[in-house]
Amino acid sequence: MGGMRVVADLDICQGHQLCQGEAPDVFGFDEDADVVVLLEERPDESRRADVTQAVKYCPAFALALEEDHA
Amino acid sequence: MTTTTPRDLLADIPEVSTVLDDGSAEVPEIIRGTGHLPEMRVDPIGLFHRVREECGDVGRFRLADKDVVLVTGAEANEAFFRAPDSTLDQAAAYPFMTPIFGQGVVFDASPEERQQMLKNQALRGDMMRGHAQTIEAEIRRMVADWGDEGEIDLLDFFAELTIYTTSACLIGKPFREELDSRFAQHYHELEHGTDAIAYVDAYADIDSFRRRDAAREELVALVQGIIDRRRERGTVPREERDLLDVLISLDMSADYITGIFISMMFAGHHTSSGTASWAMIELMRHPEVMAQVVAELDELYADGSDVSFQALRSIPVLESALKETLRLHPPLIILMRLVQEDFDLLGRTIPAGTVVASSPRVSNRIEEDFPDADAFDPGRYIDPRQEDLQNRWTWIPFGAGKHRCVGNAFAMMQMKAIFSVVLRDFAFEPAQPLESYRDDVTKMVIQLQQPCRVRYRRRPGR
Repeated sequence: MGGMRVVADLDICQGHQLCQGEAPDVFGFDEDADVVVLLEERPDESRRADVTQAVKYCPAFALALEEDHA
Repeated sequence: MTTTTPRDLLADIPEVSTVLDDGSAEVPEIIRGTGHLPEMRVDPIGLFHRVREECGDVGRFRLADKDVVLVTGAEANEAFFRAPDSTLDQAAAYPFMTPIFGQGVVFDASPEERQQMLKNQALRGDMMRGHAQTIEAEIRRMVADWGDEGEIDLLDFFAELTIYTTSACLIGKPFREELDSRFAQHYHELEHGTDAIAYVDAYADIDSFRRRDAAREELVALVQGIIDRRRERGTVPREERDLLDVLISLDMSADYITGIFISMMFAGHHTSSGTASWAMIELMRHPEVMAQVVAELDELYADGSDVSFQALRSIPVLESALKETLRLHPPLIILMRLVQEDFDLLGRTIPAGTVVASSPRVSNRIEEDFPDADAFDPGRYIDPRQEDLQNRWTWIPFGAGKHRCVGNAFAMMQMKAIFSVVLRDFAFEPAQPLESYRDDVTKMVIQLQQPCRVRYRRRPGR
């Protein structure tokens, strides 16, 4: 089964938290470290549109969406 | 701090050729013998591109007593942008900024401080709606006295508009209300006072530096006047206060407060002003794209929705045109850091005292990453090409990594708001040959060369 995998680069995240606005079920926030937390590394296909927006509009370019081809 | 550079460590890194003899009579005396500095004052873009052509991903040129290692390409850029903050210093790499900000005013915050600023202050995500409303109102004020047709100068217009938007959003509306076009004119003189001669002497006795210093004094006087009026007025309720009231209550001098305001506004001013101007120029050069953008906006706003609402949301065609403008005309053509302790870059040791640099202007036009790289093609950003996300270490108009421009979401929102207002009410056409719009690259802060005039005409029914 193929599917999408969300990748967050914590060295680059600036803590803007815009991704939480797009997909709060996929992206959380670590208040102490000031960086994103992935709540769902392999979101359901139905979440693709919102997750894609989150990746596209991340002001730090810290997110990526990879396709699994298992 | 060490000032001698162990050149033997750098010997492995190829040095770019010289096309402008640094000892020739046409070079001002003060910068004779400074290597590539004279060329950087007249053709920096040619110099940076030549470094990549001749030396590849890692090359080197010389600015007076500093060797500059210029990296390009994804791998070297990633190493540059991921380098630990403790080893690279920004302020020391930009000596032309110190006289503008003033002694003792911080140049740039550490990543931790930047995150704190994000959380506490003006650039926070949940503040954006208010900023969008402020920006829309400022644009409408700027065009309020436009007739059915007329002419504007792009630099004058956008430089003034972005003084109002950055001051209103970052410092506060009460402060912005005290400003008029004089503030924008003096601010422009500051930006113009960034001659690379500063790498030898930031206080050299040259015309643009004298004008810079006079303009800074004028700005301090304007701010002093505002402070005096605030003191006379006395205390106001908390909700009517802005950052200036806070700084006054800390007993800071007008000179120091002005320095803080200049530095707060700097990153967002010439950058946004230049991008708005170039976006307008590229849209005039590509009428088919202009037509698509106008059609998109007309449809988007057909239901009477607010600019301040839509500017925070996706406007795909306009966004693509803006991204392509940023790729071709990045407001900052080189990003520099001073190496503070020996630093490893792709297996080479870069000694302390060296400047390392990355060039958005060169990386954004690497042919392998951006096919037909010199062509304006907003289609690059449409799925599945997404050439910005696919090339996150070479599509770098905002830089990259931890120091990626913290204001980029604000900047994109501002651009979307500006074009939503002006393109719906007015049509634009060039008032001079299209190829005659160009940048003045003789200063480190690049601005459009004047004249850069365009004609507007009110659209039927607007």
